[in-house]
Amino acid sequence: MRVLSLGRWLRAGLVLPGGPASRHSGDRHSGHRPQAPPQGPAQQKVSVEVLEHLEQLALVDFRDSEGVERLQKAIQFADQLHEVNTDGVEPMDSVLEDRCLYLREDDVTEGNCTKELLENARETVEEYFVAPPGNIPLVKLEEQKTYLQGSK
Amino acid sequence: MAAMATMVAAGCGGVWCRARQRCARWPGPGSRPFLRAQRAVVCNARGGAVSAGKSGLAPWIPVVGLEIHAQISSNSKLFSGSRVQFAAPPNSLVSFFDASLPGTLPVLNRRCVEAAVMTALALNCRINKKSLFDRKHYFYADLPAGYQITQQRVPIAVNGSLSYSLCIDNKMSQMVTKTVRIKQIQLEQDSGKSLHDDTRSQTFVDLNRAGVGLMELVMEPDMCCGEEAAAAVRELQLILQTLGSSQAVMAEGQLRVDANVSVHHPGEPYGVRTEVKNINSIRFLAKAVDYEIQRQIQELGNGGTILNETRAFDSKLGCTVPMRDKEGKQDYRFMPEPNLPPLILYDAKSLPANMNHQQVINIDWIHERLPDLPSVKREKLVEQYGILPEHSFTLLVWQQDQNCNSSQASEDGLAEFFESVVKQTQMKPKKVIGWILNDLLSYLKQHSLTVKESPVSSFLLADLLNLLEKKEISSTAAKRVLAELWKGEGKTPLETVKEHKLELLQDQKELEQICQAVIDGQENEVMAIKAGNRKVLNKLIGLVQKKTQGRSNPVLVKQLLEKKLSE
Repeated sequence: MRVLSLGRWLRAGLVLPGGPASRHSGDRHSGHRPQAPPQGPAQQKVSVEVLEHLEQLALVDFRDSEGVERLQKAIQFADQLHEVNTDGVEPMDSVLEDRCLYLREDDVTEGNCTKELLENARETVEEYFVAPPGNIPLVKLEEQKTYLQGSK
Repeated sequence: MAAMATMVAAGCGGVWCRARQRCARWPGPGSRPFLRAQRAVVCNARGGAVSAGKSGLAPWIPVVGLEIHAQISSNSKLFSGSRVQFAAPPNSLVSFFDASLPGTLPVLNRRCVEAAVMTALALNCRINKKSLFDRKHYFYADLPAGYQITQQRVPIAVNGSLSYSLCIDNKMSQMVTKTVRIKQIQLEQDSGKSLHDDTRSQTFVDLNRAGVGLMELVMEPDMCCGEEAAAAVRELQLILQTLGSSQAVMAEGQLRVDANVSVHHPGEPYGVRTEVKNINSIRFLAKAVDYEIQRQIQELGNGGTILNETRAFDSKLGCTVPMRDKEGKQDYRFMPEPNLPPLILYDAKSLPANMNHQQVINIDWIHERLPDLPSVKREKLVEQYGILPEHSFTLLVWQQDQNCNSSQASEDGLAEFFESVVKQTQMKPKKVIGWILNDLLSYLKQHSLTVKESPVSSFLLADLLNLLEKKEISSTAAKRVLAELWKGEGKTPLETVKEHKLELLQDQKELEQICQAVIDGQENEVMAIKAGNRKVLNKLIGLVQKKTQGRSNPVLVKQLLEKKLSE
């Protein structure tokens, strides 16, 4: 099992392109502000429908205008990619593309750490993790007192 | 806890089903789907175009496509070193990666790749020498990472086919071969298991299954009824079991089948499809598909519409019900898996010279070592022993008995048993097969035994059949002996024959005397026979049998009687 030190990446303030801001992302991004993007395609506002859709999919809460602004800026930052002519170029989706994918032998080398794993959980019952039932409907945005209400 | 343990939901029988709705590979509602694709198979009249009855309306053509998940038979999981095992203490087979703790990475298991390659070769697929891994995002308690690592863009294999056979018109004698195209095969992770406790509004999560390797097989919609779907899955099970890439036992969740069903009129585009889940056996698969076809036909016939939804099969009621899924289409936000480089497979030509063997998967090497597939085995049996094709099917078919708790099939090893008997007896294979399929198999089924558990070994059966062949006993007597041998008291056939005095009378004179006695005692019958009514002869034969307590050879008796009567 290889361990990647995510911490180093986070501290560098890496902004993943296009990703919706997570609830606590404010802390991560404070150390690094993106350069003012050149005026590319018309700056489109993210529509309320898209925001609602994102909130449902990613279970995030944009909460206030600053959150939505941050999202807007992240999209602008990513839009810089459009300036490059990529006709006929295969997209690169991993910097590992030239590496060999390591193949592991089919041996049992892990597991049997029930106690340790359950220590992380807030609630357990007889060695099972306990989760809330799956069908909690997401509170509709109309019912939430969020910034988005004001923009409707 | 025992009560909860029985509420196993396998991830989708429970409540939060929106997370489980698959990304529609077929166009969704609203878009009257694609051009009528070339279907490799046109259904025959049986279960094919379903006519709407006497009203003279256009017939309906049902279209069935299957998505099958087969759990790979391996020691450890797809991306981690935890053990793969059914029924272990909860959360005992879980590594830090499986629990998606931060700082862990996936490491691909070589055996899983080999299993997928074997399966792809057996199903005539084109293997992608470079395939990629992706993340499929959705939220569910048994998916700790919030995404599943799968192969959406470039799967490991595409464009294969599966051939299977069906009996037409319930007659075993007429078998027809059909083909279903395989769209793709991909490697992906399994999720954990959720047990829903509705009384206390909570879900218990066991991650033992999380991360186990799966092969997802997507079939093109080439089938038209439940029977075809069932036959195709049976053949697939047999192939997977023969390869050893998956044990494919549906009862243990090693093979999961989802059916996509739609109906349309001939000449029109395909109708809206529904997806049917929660199918736990092959028998239920056929029922679920047929029910859904009928439901759709009825609904459309009444002027209703079909929703592009996911339905669950309720085995008790024998019908499909909508899963509580009001959330609309699911968006899985596929993205490339950044932690895994492309998977490169080699063949004899492209094999790199200086690479560590353990790091290289050679498709040709695997191809050479593929075992005989069931279809090849069946052909060999028919050719070598002159048995009928449908017999070869019964010898090989992997049968899942609903009521049988063991994962062994009663017909597992039946072909070997048959061949072993044939080797040890002078009786012709064509006659032996009758004893295997009619007598032995019915005993095994009655007592829910596997071939290996049979109290009658191939040696004993061969011994018995030899006695029959040598005409030392009649076939009725042989059946009686078999019944005795079945008790497993350790006696040989010969001992049993002697004990119950079942030997055929060898003394010709004694037999003649008995025949004469019968003739003398049945004046009326004798007159009838002499007058030309030959059928009455059977009654006399029967009387002789009775007198000899079944120890007379009926053919010989008939000859003797006829001889005497003509004197």
